[in-house]
This record gives sequence, structure tokens and C-alpha cells, in this order.
Amino acid sequence: MGSHGGTVVKNSAANPEFGSSNLPAAPWKPHGGAGQDVGRSCILVSVAGKNVMLDCGMHMGFNDDRRFPDFSYITQNGRLTDFLDCVIISHFHLDHCGALPYFSEMVGYDGPIYMTPPTQAICPILLEDYRKIAVDKKGEANFFTSQMIKDCMKKVVAVHLHQTVQVDDELEIKAYYAGHVLGAAMFQIKVGSESVVYTGDYNMTPDRHLGAAWIDRCRPNLLITESTYATTIRDSKRCRERDFLKKVHETVERGGKVLIPVFALGRAQELCILLETFWERMNLKAPIYFSTGLTEKANHYYKLFITWTNQKIRKTFVQRNMFEFKHIKAFDRAFADNPGPMLEVKMQVEYMSFSAHADAKGIMQLIGQAEPEHVLLVHGEAKKMEFLKQKIEQEFRVNCYMPANGETVTLPTSPSIPVGISLGLLKREMAQGMLPDAKRPRLLQGTLIMKDSNFRLVSSEQALKELGLAEHQLRFTCRVHLHDARKEQETVMRVYSHLKSILKDHCVQHLPDGSVTVESILIQAAAHSEDPGTKVLLVSWTYQDEELGSYLTSLLKKGLPQAPS
Amino acid sequence: FFQYCLSGHPTLPCNILKFKSTTIMLDCGLDMTSTLNFLPLPLVQSPRLSNLPSWSLKDGNAYLDKELKECSGHVFVDSVPEFCLPETELIDMSTVDVILISNYHCMMALPYITEHTGFTGTVYATEPTLQIGRLLMEELVNFIERVPKAQSASLWKNKDVQRLLPSPLKDAVEVSTWRRCYSMQEVNSALSKIQLVGYSQKIELFGAVQVTPLSSGYALGSSNWVIQSHYEKVSYVSGSSLLTTHPQPMDQASLKNSDVLLLTGLTQIPTANPDGMVGEFCSNLALTVRNGGNVLVPCYPSGVIYDLLECLYQYIDSAGLSNVPFYFISPVANSSLEFSQIFAEWLCHNKQTKVYLPEPPFPHAELIQTNKLKHYPSIHGDFSNDFRQPCVVFTGHPSLRFGDVVHFLELWGKSSLNTVIFTEPDFSYLDALAPYQPLAMKCIYCPIDTRLNFIQVSKLLKEVQPLHVVCPEQYTQPPPTQSHRMDLMIDCQPPAMSYRRAEVLALPFKRRYEKIEIMPELADSLVPMEIKPGISLATVSAVLHTKDNKHVLQPPPRSTQPTSGKKRKRVSDDIPDCKVLKPLLSGSIPVEQFVQTLEKHGFSDIKVEDTAKGHIVLLQEAETLIQIEEDSTHIICDNDEMLRVRLRDLVLKFLQKF
Repeated sequence: MGSHGGTVVKNSAANPEFGSSNLPAAPWKPHGGAGQDVGRSCILVSVAGKNVMLDCGMHMGFNDDRRFPDFSYITQNGRLTDFLDCVIISHFHLDHCGALPYFSEMVGYDGPIYMTPPTQAICPILLEDYRKIAVDKKGEANFFTSQMIKDCMKKVVAVHLHQTVQVDDELEIKAYYAGHVLGAAMFQIKVGSESVVYTGDYNMTPDRHLGAAWIDRCRPNLLITESTYATTIRDSKRCRERDFLKKVHETVERGGKVLIPVFALGRAQELCILLETFWERMNLKAPIYFSTGLTEKANHYYKLFITWTNQKIRKTFVQRNMFEFKHIKAFDRAFADNPGPMLEVKMQVEYMSFSAHADAKGIMQLIGQAEPEHVLLVHGEAKKMEFLKQKIEQEFRVNCYMPANGETVTLPTSPSIPVGISLGLLKREMAQGMLPDAKRPRLLQGTLIMKDSNFRLVSSEQALKELGLAEHQLRFTCRVHLHDARKEQETVMRVYSHLKSILKDHCVQHLPDGSVTVESILIQAAAHSEDPGTKVLLVSWTYQDEELGSYLTSLLKKGLPQAPS
Repeated sequence: FFQYCLSGHPTLPCNILKFKSTTIMLDCGLDMTSTLNFLPLPLVQSPRLSNLPSWSLKDGNAYLDKELKECSGHVFVDSVPEFCLPETELIDMSTVDVILISNYHCMMALPYITEHTGFTGTVYATEPTLQIGRLLMEELVNFIERVPKAQSASLWKNKDVQRLLPSPLKDAVEVSTWRRCYSMQEVNSALSKIQLVGYSQKIELFGAVQVTPLSSGYALGSSNWVIQSHYEKVSYVSGSSLLTTHPQPMDQASLKNSDVLLLTGLTQIPTANPDGMVGEFCSNLALTVRNGGNVLVPCYPSGVIYDLLECLYQYIDSAGLSNVPFYFISPVANSSLEFSQIFAEWLCHNKQTKVYLPEPPFPHAELIQTNKLKHYPSIHGDFSNDFRQPCVVFTGHPSLRFGDVVHFLELWGKSSLNTVIFTEPDFSYLDALAPYQPLAMKCIYCPIDTRLNFIQVSKLLKEVQPLHVVCPEQYTQPPPTQSHRMDLMIDCQPPAMSYRRAEVLALPFKRRYEKIEIMPELADSLVPMEIKPGISLATVSAVLHTKDNKHVLQPPPRSTQPTSGKKRKRVSDDIPDCKVLKPLLSGSIPVEQFVQTLEKHGFSDIKVEDTAKGHIVLLQEAETLIQIEEDSTHIICDNDEMLRVRLRDLVLKFLQKF
């Protein structure tokens, strides 16, 4: 559950470029310029002029102003609602959504906040729990209230997996399954042909209750990925699970108790399933308790949002809902008040990690799936990220960035321009493009009509017609003198056979009216007014046939080959 | 743009759309009304059914004896029931690229298509459609397979025999294509071809076409589909509802701007108000039970049953029915009840909010918890121990030809204390009951069909304004039994195009544009000029590349280097490619300015003559004549290429290129 400052990705249509910068914490400066710390996710992205805030996390390690991101960084003066087009929350962990009520209700933001339904369900419960601890137990002032959490959640719009949500006419977002925790999602942010994918936290290997993250080959301009385990290729999960179960089993066997401090939502369910199946297999009787409150409620959410869990649990839930535990019961506070072995002082402490983040292999895998043009690493430690960055640049030959908090990264893009081509023009071109002997690439000629933001490519004739303009015909007629004493008809015959023999790829015709045509070029013969031994050829063509016309006159000027007779 | 119509049943559609370069099947409905011609399959040996008299033709020929039985004046086929498949001869199924499913009732013919026709494409459906569709198929297969019947009648299908049979057998259509039910193996194989999609997900087909499912408000996961390219849009509306029941409301806005709206799956009972029917259902149920009778509700295992259970949940205490057992009997009863609780995202807003609490969205969870509702896979096993009367039984199949319902009709049919209440609208209740006559049991007909009625359709069409409407022929005239009700048909302008089974329709598209991308390097090289205020033009000369149905324009290659001298030059190398045309010209040439320009460029001895349509400019020294009119210029000269090109370029200065 590591995280860090924020990253801004900018892109404006007028000056197409991507930018990226990290949002710093309020008075807090990045250490040694590295800026990659663990604790809070809040990233600002601009794509083609649209501003999107990705996650709104708080820093678990601070009790003062520093725990929330510095939102004045986004816009100095002016309302956040005016500047931001939307906010996206990737999952319910507080380092990704903990500052949300502060942001929307205390700083002030009234635009849409997007999250998946499980996140929408669980997020307010964690926020309220967090608020209670901060205000009721620690007595902190200037904190958001329960009502603010409720008001904040009213601004939330649920996003379903793979649904394309049209934020406005140009901006669309789409959620992909991310594993990690129930309801965690990766998001694609798209404006026209430009797009950014933000992974949030994700897990590329399925675990006991969640599936693996998946994304299609969406080829974003930029992929922003977490890199918590940038250098780790984690050992097999089975080993860790076996270790864990062995330790628990040994302790229970010798009459001891096991205390597992775990976050109420997410890993708790994973461990419960692990213990439950182990207990069943080993036929153990020792009771397993979870502290009341959140965990019990949480299990209900898992039961109702079973479509967000892994294949196996979804398939078998009718026979047995994996979140209805037989061996695991809610803990009664009365037990704790009992004197006796419960208050054990000598305790062995073991540390084991079951956190569900992608490791280096997983990150590479995701990059391979999405095929981005650029990669931006967040949510990790600088040194490890540097290693991963090199690996990514080597393997995928893409640029990889790792901005410090508050730093902006700007990426240029050169989007192609979509226009509408008239079907007539396209069909004409495609039909000719199909010709087998297309030695040189065919050139498409047309006119692009630009009216407001409507771009259409049409044939030149259509463009003229649409604009109500008449075509101006430019025609040339050249007189070519030939020494030939024969009759005009015979001269024409000779011209015809000569051209026919040379212009094999062209349509050469001898018309009944005594003229010869080459494509649309007309050739007629006339007697010379003074010299009977000379004939005049009139070669006539329009400007469109300029090259062929010019070629023909120079060819005829060289004279005709001697007649075989 | 063609539509091949493979089903004649308006609520169980099967159409194929040829849209641009793709072939898309829309729904795969199975017409099960054919089973009404068959005798019911009893779960428990029924002396009444097995002792029905044989029916034979009047000519005394007895060969049909074994196939046809008579009951209360109706003739039935004594055989494994068979279904009427969509037309498979009209088009080669191996050319179908994708099948789009709109709801779980409209996919029941899927195994016949995917397993036996050479189909190799992908099927798209939402997750609830897949899961509940699987349950419906599983139930169907189970109902038929657990009562093995040796006989598969076929003699009666002979055309010469069929026309001699009494109605409705005589009028049954396409009997030769009727097929027995598929197996579970075929179901699994067919369903494995389904790819899951979510509402508003954009699915690209071969780069040419985009399809998107939209919520249709009729059932869990039910969808309408938008099929569009950049310039054409077809909306496929199938089984939609504007009533507030359990599913997510219908998405109407996304259907706007359609060229064609294909409208199927309207209500089958346009005169019945679903709310009124639910009220009647409850009061009849209460009345029967209070009088000590049992209530039988033939139903599907999913859909309206959720709404009925919810109504009963609110109703039973106030009606004093708290102690009456409710039984739901189906091989998939448990699965259906469980699945209904996990599709929060596909439910209406109120039900979604419940999940956030977290509470189960449907109150039947509480009915089960409090033991008021019990569910069983069949009448065998636990049910026989728990069975108490009077009671209410929900069970299938609504056709009354197979499933546990057959048993209850045989069991309760003789007593007028009992009531059968029909809520499913798919089968005529009189036809369904025919093989059980004479029947003492009370019959109440409360069809609940939440799909669009004609008033809602006309409101919808006004709202989304499609250019053309296409629908089954049944919707373009009033129902045959109510021919005076001109309000029970689609009324729109232009009039709807109608189709019937085995017809091919040409859809009225006027396609004029296609999307093409101009690569940035080419875009940079274009020089736009403003022709009129707000309208700019640029001539484009580019190379067209087409791949995967996507068109891209790239800059033309730089002129190729002259070939080296060593290579023998052939005459044909010089011949210009006649297909490279020069741009068109527009504008006109002001004679005075033109003459001035000629003089500036060293021409002298210029003479200008007026003609009827313009002017003739004579260059006497060069023996050259230039005819200038409003829309044309003609240069007539000797064969002096240098001169001609000079004149040409001077003329071009006054003209615009296109």
C-alpha cells in the first residue's frame, strides 16, 4: 500500500504535448529531489486540454496538514470545479481516497467523482472509520465530518468494468479489472485519439479471492503504473502461505494464541479464506476470531459483490459462498476482559507480507498487454524505480519517466486528424488501388473542406459543386506539322498505329469521324493551307491531362515511322 | 445493408444484419410454442395421459395411431416435445461474425446455431444474461431429460399427412425443421463462446463497426444494442421496459440519431396493465388459500418471479398468509435466487443502494431466512417430506408440457378449490391447458408483460427520432383478435418497414462518408485557404493505405531519383501515368489584367477581340489565339512547348486550384 505524491500529465490541442507533475504535500518538500515516497496517491493528468485528477489519497504517516495533498498546486486562484473535468478513484484504500471529503467539501469541488460500485460502497465506511479514529480518539480538530463524507459520496458516479463513460463530449473513461482489492480498477482516460492509462494498485497474479488484473491492447500514449515492488520478483505465494500456516499451526498446537494485525478489508478476507480452508483440511478445532465492526460488515460486501472476485469463487458461490466462514467468528469483547491466558505478555513477533501488488514481472507483463508509447512510474522508491525504468526502456524501447513530487513531465504527441472522406472518392481510389500492376504508389487527389470543426475530404468536382463554384476549363490545342503527302485519312491511320504501338497501357481509339483519341485527348488531321506535302495535326487536351498532352505533342513532333509499304 | 429475418416470432427474434463488412446476428430466440402440440411429459406415471385414445385419419389408415392422441377434442403428438428453430437455410451461418444477445429469453436457440451450423464467431452478452440464460437452458434440459421418452414421432410431419390433420397441427409451420432439445454438453459448449460485456462498453468489430449494449430495463442484464460505424447507426431495440421493476432503467438517450431502429420484443399483451395484473394475482392467490385451496403458478425460474416474491413479501402479513408455505420448485431455483442477489450493478437504483448498506437487494433473502419461502430442485426428495397444504407453488415450465408443473396439474386439477394462475405471457393459457381438460381447477389469467406497449413505443420514437423503423409484420397491423384497435400497432412516419420469417430486407441507408485519418506529417504540409467566411479548402494529394478496414492518408513519396545511366531506358518509362490528374480549376480571367500581365512578360502585338461570350486574345507574332470565356480558356498555338507552358502558367495565376 505504498504510494507517493502526484503526477500531472498535460496535453493541449493547440500545442500537442503531454505533461506530468507530482502534487507535493502541503508544506512538504521532496527529499533529496527523489520524491518517490510511500504514503499518498494524487495525480493530475491533462490530456488534450482535459484535466483529470487520479486518486485523492492521504498520507497515513502524518497527523497534521501534511497528510493531505496540496490542492492549491492545481489551481492558484479559481475553483477546482472549473479546472478539473473529473476525479477518478482507483480503489478504496485510504492512501488513494482518504483526502476525498477534505478535497470536495473543505477545499471545494462539485464535479463528478468516478469509482467502481464496490469502491463506492466501501470507501465511505473506511473514511468514517478513519474520521472516528482521528477525531474521536485522537481529538483532532479541523477534520472532515460525517456529513461531509455523505455529501462527498453524493458526487460519486459508479463506473462498471469496461463501460465507456462519456464525461463530456470529448472526454471518456473506461475501467479495467485490477485485482489488488475488491473493486480496484485501472482507468483509461481518452480524448479523441489520445489516451492515458492509470493503473492504480494492481496485481497480475490471481489470489485466493481476487482475479488478475487485465487490460486489452489499447496502446495508450502514456501508461502510469505503480511500482511498489519494482525490483522484487516475489517468491512463490504458495511458499509464503505454507510458512504462514505452519507458524500459525505450530503456535496453536502448543496452546498459544495468534494475533494477526491486518487491514479489515482486503487481505483480511484473503487470510480468512486461507485459514478456513486449512482448518477444514486439517480438521482443526481452535477458534478463529476477527475483531467485530468492520471485518464482519466487510464480509457482507464480499458476498454481495461476488462478481468482482476470482473465477473459482464466482463459479462455486451458489454451492458455497466463500465469505460465509464456518470456523471464523466475530470476536466478543467479553473474551478480552476475561483474566487469564488471553493477556499473554511474552509474544513472538513475525512479519509476513501478503500485500497484493504487481511485482517487476507483473509490471512488465502489463506493459506488454497495453503496449503504451511512454511509461511513467509512480508509487515506489527512487532507486528501485530507476532499475525498473532501465529494464522497461531496454525491453519495450519506450521512454520511461519517474517524476519527483511536484515535478511536471510533458510528452509531445502528434495525433493524426480524423476526417470524413466521401464514399465515392474512397471507392474510386480503392478500386484503382486494387489493380495488380500498381508499380508506383497511387496518389489520391481530393479537396479537404474545413468548416468549423467538421473536416471532409471530397473529390475536387464535389468540392466545387458544394461551394457553388463553376469549373474553369483550361484547354490547349497545339498544331503539329507533319510531312506527309498522303491523304488525311491515311495520315490519321498512321498516327493511330504509331500511338497504339507505343502507348500500350493507354486507351487509343480511332473514331468513325476520322479522329484519334488517347484517353480524353483528341487528335485530328487537316490539310496544310499552303503546303500539300504537309499535314497539320491538331492535338487538344484539358489541363487535367496536361502531362499526357504535353508528352503526345513532343512524341508527334518527332514524326511518324516510315510506312511499311 | 441487409437484414435477414430468421424468426417469425416477434418476441423471440433472430435477425442477421449485414452492416458494412460485418455479418451480425441479433438474438437467437427459440420458438417454444411448438411444444403446445405435444402431450405433456409426466414426472410420475399418469394413467390419464397414458390412456388417452389414439387419433387416426378418417380413411381408417392406422399408421398414425402411435403418434397422435386425442384429449377433449384436441389432437396431440405423443412424442418428445420439439422446438421451432430459426431459419438456417437463408444464409450460410459460417459467415456470421458475431451474435449479439439482448436478454436471457432471446438466446435459447444458441446451441442449435453455434454447435451445428458451422458458426465460428463470437457471442456477446452481459454477465446476468449468460448466467440466467444458462439456468434457463439447464432447467429446460433437465425437465426433458429426466423423463426419457422412447418415441420421437415423425410420420405426422409428412406434408401429405399434415394437411389432413385438424388445427392447429395442420397449420403448424416449418415442422420439418423442428428439433428435439439440446444436451447439457451442447449448452456448455455454446455458452463457452460467449464473451461478457458491460453496458456502454464499446466493442470494435474488425475496425469497421462498433457495437455497444445499453440497458433495456426489461430483465437482469437485458440490453439493446447500438451497431454503428462513423457515419451509420442502427439501434436494435429488443425486449425493453419503461416500468420500474428490478432491472436498471432503460437507456433511451443513446438510441438517438439512428438511421434505422429495429424494434422487436414489445409486450405480448398490450391491453393488460402489469400493475393491475400483479394486484389481481395477489388477491386471487389470497382468496384461494383462505378457502383452503392450493395455488399453482407456472413460471420461469428467473425474471417476473423476483417481482412477484417481492410483492408477496409486502403482502402476506397484511393478507394473513404468514403461515402459508410458498414453494419454489426448479432444478435451478437455488441458483436463480442466489444469482439475483449478486448482480447489484445491473439493478435499479433502489436495489443498488441496499447493497451499499450492505443488505441483499431482493427481499426474498428474508423470505428464505424466515422459512416462508422454500426452494427445491424437484418434487422428489426433500420436498415430499416438507410438503404441506394449502400452499403456493411456483414451478415450471409455463408451457405446461414438461417440468414439475405437470405433476401439480394432475394432482390438483380435479378440485375446484385449487387455482392455477398464469403470469407468463409466452403461451396462450387455453392452449397450454388443452391436454389437461376437463379441469375442475380454477384458472386465472394474469399475464405480466413489462415490455413496451404501443403508447410507450410512440413516445420512445418521438424521443429518439430514428430516420427509419423496421419491425416484425405483426406490429404494423392490429392484433387479429382485435382488428378494430388501430391503437395497437406502430404508428410512425415514414411508416415502419415490416419483415416476416425468411425474408431479406434491404435497409434504407444512404452512406456518403467514411472515416479516414490524415497522418500528422501530411496534415502539416496542407495549405488551407479561406474560400468563403468560415470555410477553408486545401487540396490534398496523398497516398491511401487501407489495413484492417482503417484508412490512412500519408504524404506522397518524394519524387524518385532518375535511374542511373547504366540501366537501359525504355520508351514506356517516359509515358506519364494518365491516372495522375491535375487539380480542377475555378475562377475567371479578367481580360485587361491578363493582357497587362502578358505585356509585362514580354509579349507584344497583342490584339483583343470581343465575342458573344467573352474575348479572343491574339498574339499575332506567335500565331497564337487565346479564347477567354467566363468558365473556360482555350489556348491554341503552334507546337512550341516553351511558349505554351509560359502562357499556361500565366493563365493559372488567375485561377484557383481544387
